[in-house]
Amino acid sequence: MNENGFFGKWGGAYIPEILHETFEQLKTGYKKAKEDPSFWKEYESLMQSYSCRPTPLTYAENLTRHFGGAQIYIKREDLNHTGAHKANNVIGQGLLVRKMGKKRVIAETGAGQHGMATATMAAKFGFDCTVYMGEVDVKRQRPNVFWMEKMGAKVVPVKDGSRTLKDAINEAFRDWVTNVDTTHYVFGTACGPAPFPEMVSWFQSIIGREAKEQIERIHGKLPARVYACVGGGSNAMGIFQGFLEHEEVELVGVEAGGKGIDSGLHASRLCGHDATPGVAQGYKTMFLQDSDGQMLETHSVAAGLDYVGVSPILADLCERKRVRFAAATDQEVMEALDLTMKKEGIIPALESTHAFVQAFKEASSLPPDQAIIINQSGRGDKDIFTIAHAFNDPSWQEFIISRAREYGI
Amino acid sequence: MQDKEILLMTHIVLGYPSFDANRKIVAQMVENGVDCIEMQIPFSEPMADGPVILKANQDSLAAGTRVADCIEFGREMAATHDIPFLFMTYYNILFKYGEEKFFDDCSKAGIQGLIIPDLPPEMGRDFLQLAKSRQVAPIFIFAPTSTPQRMAYLGKTGDGFIYCVARRGVTGKKSEFGEDFSSYLATCRKSTTLPIAVGFGIQDSEDVAALKGKADIAVIGSQTIRLVDEKGVDAVGPFIAGLRQRPATPQKELR
Repeated sequence: MNENGFFGKWGGAYIPEILHETFEQLKTGYKKAKEDPSFWKEYESLMQSYSCRPTPLTYAENLTRHFGGAQIYIKREDLNHTGAHKANNVIGQGLLVRKMGKKRVIAETGAGQHGMATATMAAKFGFDCTVYMGEVDVKRQRPNVFWMEKMGAKVVPVKDGSRTLKDAINEAFRDWVTNVDTTHYVFGTACGPAPFPEMVSWFQSIIGREAKEQIERIHGKLPARVYACVGGGSNAMGIFQGFLEHEEVELVGVEAGGKGIDSGLHASRLCGHDATPGVAQGYKTMFLQDSDGQMLETHSVAAGLDYVGVSPILADLCERKRVRFAAATDQEVMEALDLTMKKEGIIPALESTHAFVQAFKEASSLPPDQAIIINQSGRGDKDIFTIAHAFNDPSWQEFIISRAREYGI
Repeated sequence: MQDKEILLMTHIVLGYPSFDANRKIVAQMVENGVDCIEMQIPFSEPMADGPVILKANQDSLAAGTRVADCIEFGREMAATHDIPFLFMTYYNILFKYGEEKFFDDCSKAGIQGLIIPDLPPEMGRDFLQLAKSRQVAPIFIFAPTSTPQRMAYLGKTGDGFIYCVARRGVTGKKSEFGEDFSSYLATCRKSTTLPIAVGFGIQDSEDVAALKGKADIAVIGSQTIRLVDEKGVDAVGPFIAGLRQRPATPQKELR
């Protein structure tokens, strides 16, 4: 990152003047934390005692045999507390907030995982917490809303615009400019104005550090390829950082192909041909927007990938051809999810399953002495309503109907 | 713009409720003594705006408003009425249109200044150069959180006037004008030689009166949109006429 927060030509900090001072404080706080080795130690030890770190690297023996190519390993971020890699970022920012002396946190959430993680962190650290969530997402991720409220967070459904993640981000910014003195905005992904993309990536780099050490120990050498799904890009940045400097490791980001890359109903910013450079939500990246610069609606079966922009760091890595990008359709995701559950007894989140799709497409073309790692950023049981609906599962439908009857509906 | 105790700047969202309504609203504003009008080109992600202007942005876009229509409307207004017109919008609109072309077209349309709330000067090197060469004033914003050093930097970098945000928060909510506010405005005044405009939460003649002697320009934003929503286009004239009862001596000119 250069001094104005750019990675190549992407990033920056396009923020209203009212936030200028608080960003100065945040940059200072982040710099101090980064230069202080005891901060990372405290962070790591908290992640160990509170969030099951280091998360395992699971050898997927049956999937490996099924595809008959590269050895398939799965990095189990789903085993974090609250069920996703989001905990890494949130606990890190929580420690920072405590050091900066603020007492209230706000967050945006798409799938609800980041909101959940923030609510958890706020409960643990004793912060007031408000989570902004698009009304569409509130409806499709009801269980997460339930838990956030139970942990004492206020969940505000956002009814503007497309009523999804980007609108929740706008609303969180509106809260922040109003309550800037007391409040920290726990940005959930490696996007937004500097220093967020770099800072969130720094906390998430714990994934890549572990994964590199684990694969070298288990497999005896670096993997040929590493796969991660890309919504905002924080889990991908997290695992990629363990391998960025090793040019022989190919890094693959997988975006939401929705109903197909040519259907207009997707969230593929870096692969595909619909996104163009733009500036919104405080940073410059590739956005899905019209020719006037108005943001378009996106589509994905996975709420956490359903977003118009993408990490400026990944936009730069894409441009420099260090990371290759692909897309997985909703249909492919359901098939890969089914296969993973049947073969390994593992339930990846719909978001994470996008990475599995691309790995499955490529595994058999690699020799068996090579390894690949798939980052399983989150667990899928939170998606039970969406997954059961997508599988059109009859016994689940019966259950919902009978439960509704119990509630007198 | 002579002989006035305080100047009035008003705000409209282009294409909301329609360009026809915009035309009538602007005419009533000008007839009733408005000194400058800020025309907002709608954007799908208006991060700094509160519910009233946010909804106006969305409805305008839903009705099919295009950036080129907005610039053409600006040209028509500047040619029709003898007061300065500004564009307010978010940076992506200029960026996507092509910054140089945007400035050229503004300049040709007779637009005198631009307010871009998500473009701090650090991010706007090209913007500032184009503003200078095309003679369109880059209007920067002071906030209650801005330090005196920051204000001095913004004051030197901007042109036209400084837009002082009256309080923390987004547009459209009531502001309080207590002692803190007076000392904030005094700091603003000390930090720049440009005229100062005060906006965010200025809703009636009492608010405007409270700014007399402290600011050069009072900015009425969400309130006229609210008025048009509730009482229709014809309510604008009488509302504007009532905002500033008696003119007095001028302080500083806009440009």
